[in-house]
Amino acid sequence: MVPFGGFEMPVQYGGILREHEAVRHRAGIFDLSHMGQFELRGASVPAWADSLTVNSVGTMKPFQARYNIFTNELGGCLDDVLFYRLPDRFLLVVNAGNAPKMWAYLNGSTALHPDLSLTNGHGSRALIAVQGPRALEIVAPLCDCDVAALKYYYCVEGRVDGAPALIARTGYTGEDGFELFLEGADAPRIWRTLLERGRDAGLEAAGLGARDMLRLEAGMPLYGFEIDEDISPLAGGQGWAVKTNKPEFVGKAALLEQVAHDGYDRIAALVLEGRAPARTGYPVLLNGERIGAVRSASIAPSLDGKNVATALVRKDAAAVGTTLGIEIRGTVHAARVVPLPFYKRS
Amino acid sequence: MAQPAGLLYSKEHEWVKVEGDVGTVGITDYAQNSLGDIVYVELPRVGQGVKQFASIGVVESVKAVSDLFAPIGGEVLEINTALEADPALVNRDAFGAGWLYKVKLSDPKERDGLLAPGDYDALVAEGAH
Repeated sequence: MVPFGGFEMPVQYGGILREHEAVRHRAGIFDLSHMGQFELRGASVPAWADSLTVNSVGTMKPFQARYNIFTNELGGCLDDVLFYRLPDRFLLVVNAGNAPKMWAYLNGSTALHPDLSLTNGHGSRALIAVQGPRALEIVAPLCDCDVAALKYYYCVEGRVDGAPALIARTGYTGEDGFELFLEGADAPRIWRTLLERGRDAGLEAAGLGARDMLRLEAGMPLYGFEIDEDISPLAGGQGWAVKTNKPEFVGKAALLEQVAHDGYDRIAALVLEGRAPARTGYPVLLNGERIGAVRSASIAPSLDGKNVATALVRKDAAAVGTTLGIEIRGTVHAARVVPLPFYKRS
Repeated sequence: MAQPAGLLYSKEHEWVKVEGDVGTVGITDYAQNSLGDIVYVELPRVGQGVKQFASIGVVESVKAVSDLFAPIGGEVLEINTALEADPALVNRDAFGAGWLYKVKLSDPKERDGLLAPGDYDALVAEGAH
């Protein structure tokens, strides 16, 4: 167990590699109750949220989920989040470590929108994710609604094992799966029921270690690594989420300038040639010159156990196909820049 | 858990089995269990001299890099090359097939600086590192 965002979080249950294997081939169950859950109510939520984020909130359809990033005036990332649009409200899911900061930031930015009502469920609401190719057959029998018909990145309000839940077909592993937003009091029972019912399908409890490995393979950014207040969505490889055709939003001018000059350091995805793993902070070199540093790294079981990494590097080092060096305990190991994601489910 | 008899232990969770003037070195089951899935082992070179308790390599799990300390000094005679392709051998059999390297002892008296199985048991029971 490790402290994480004010919670005691399991890094692993049965072993990180074993949990990773379960999620890729069968299913894993994650306790993500540390994530911040804010409820946003009021007619002006879409316009307000659109003024603070890079992706579009107003164009979301009812029951749709969408990835988004809150940026500061310099274009840095305050947090990366998911919005879930419901008929009477939005659910905003923020990173655990950023939840206090984001709660204060959101409440400090509502002056022009007196109709807004924000509710903080961080610490009282729970989140259980079931991820993997067999997630549907494990989750569906416990739901009172047709979750098989649920499209990827959509959600439905229903009941799970009798308890009220927002059931979303979302996740952060690169596999199909569900995220169940619950009242905290219902979560332990539902966790146990899912584990019990999923046993025959090979469901395993999975912790933060497996989650980090799975998300990295799937090319998904983790706040504090690929993006942070000093790494913009563009630099962090999330330019796809930046809708520059939106009206004014915090950070838009800075991001437009980054687009125009295109000179910023950026995240590159690397596959290492040797067996020595890279680690966060290791120097990255181009022709012997230090041009960046590793941000995330892991062995990638889905890539035959190759070592992979992301690194924030100078622009001229980020082109796919470039061979870079990673300095590991004084020795330079070759690594090739590849496109993200490292892994895509078939 | 009782530690295997016949081995000596370091406070840094290495073991050495001394036969004549040759020591076989590994990390303990407690160490591999604490580290979790081991994905890489960096060992000293054959022929390299190692000093007792000096840092001479690393054992890397999925989440962490841990220094490997020589439990006893001498000249490295052989390394366990099976670990290159299958470092998880250390997880599966820390006291057997997951051995790390063999060393020709430079000073057998260095054994006095190591722990007997019962003393290492006590160390592990304290959760000390």
